[in-house]
Amino acid sequence: MKVRVIVTLKPGVLDPQGKAVHKALGGLGFAGVEDVRTGKLIELEVADDTDDAAIDAMCRKLLANTVIENYRVERA
Amino acid sequence: MKTAVIVFPGSNCDRDIAVALESVTGTAPAMVWHGESALPAGLGLIALPGGFSYGDYLRCGAIAARSPIVRAVVEAAERGTPVLGVCNGFQVLTETGLLPGALMRNEALDFVCRDVALTVENAQTAFTSRYEAGETVRFPVAHHDGNYNADPETLDRLEGEGRVAFRYAEPVNGSARGIAGVLNAAGNVLGMMPHPERRIEAAHGGTDGRRLFEGLLETVGA
Repeated sequence: MKVRVIVTLKPGVLDPQGKAVHKALGGLGFAGVEDVRTGKLIELEVADDTDDAAIDAMCRKLLANTVIENYRVERA
Repeated sequence: MKTAVIVFPGSNCDRDIAVALESVTGTAPAMVWHGESALPAGLGLIALPGGFSYGDYLRCGAIAARSPIVRAVVEAAERGTPVLGVCNGFQVLTETGLLPGALMRNEALDFVCRDVALTVENAQTAFTSRYEAGETVRFPVAHHDGNYNADPETLDRLEGEGRVAFRYAEPVNGSARGIAGVLNAAGNVLGMMPHPERRIEAAHGGTDGRRLFEGLLETVGA
């Protein structure tokens, strides 16, 4: 079973990479982009009987740093 | 004083800090590989060196913080053994939770590699007893992810408890409140982005860093 973990910076945490991408989009002439926030997509292939608690523990213990990041899990 | 340097795949300041420790303590440190699960007994200092452990994969320090030897380092730190993390070592310490906050990409996105001026904020710690509070020292920095970040309550607590050991005296990387080095609540764990181990002998351009190790040696005892 495929599980997708989406890791994003918490609101309010400065995202210098997002700012750089934002600036580059402006440089290419794309108007109307108000903000850019970057993040990570992590795809896991796990056994079908892997429960939500186990995936949540993976996120908290390694995949996300909850000091600065939020995460959400999508099951395929 | 017996010391140990933890070596991860991708560490690149492990030999610098080993030379510094041998120069100050007179004894070569034990070099402990990341896959080990136990530390030598009777250590007066465990050093986590700079570098790019595990290629900075996932987040800087994230994989190293979950390596077998770091579990032993966390246990030793909780028993009171002094632990110093420099640069990548600081990133590893925040990832273990031994130190609060996180180190993010530098605000201007550039890799900063130069000497910077630091203010010694707290000279009454095991690591800073050979400095004067408010003194300006110069250490090199060499990092891409040194932008210290924590929530305002945590920052207030660190400041209120004297746990900001060093602060940048000039703009460097966008760190919250200019924080360059922080201590844990017990005061036996210090993480800092600048490199004291690169200022040990006059030939390095100064000896400001040497006093950090001398102070620790004096506090811990030979």
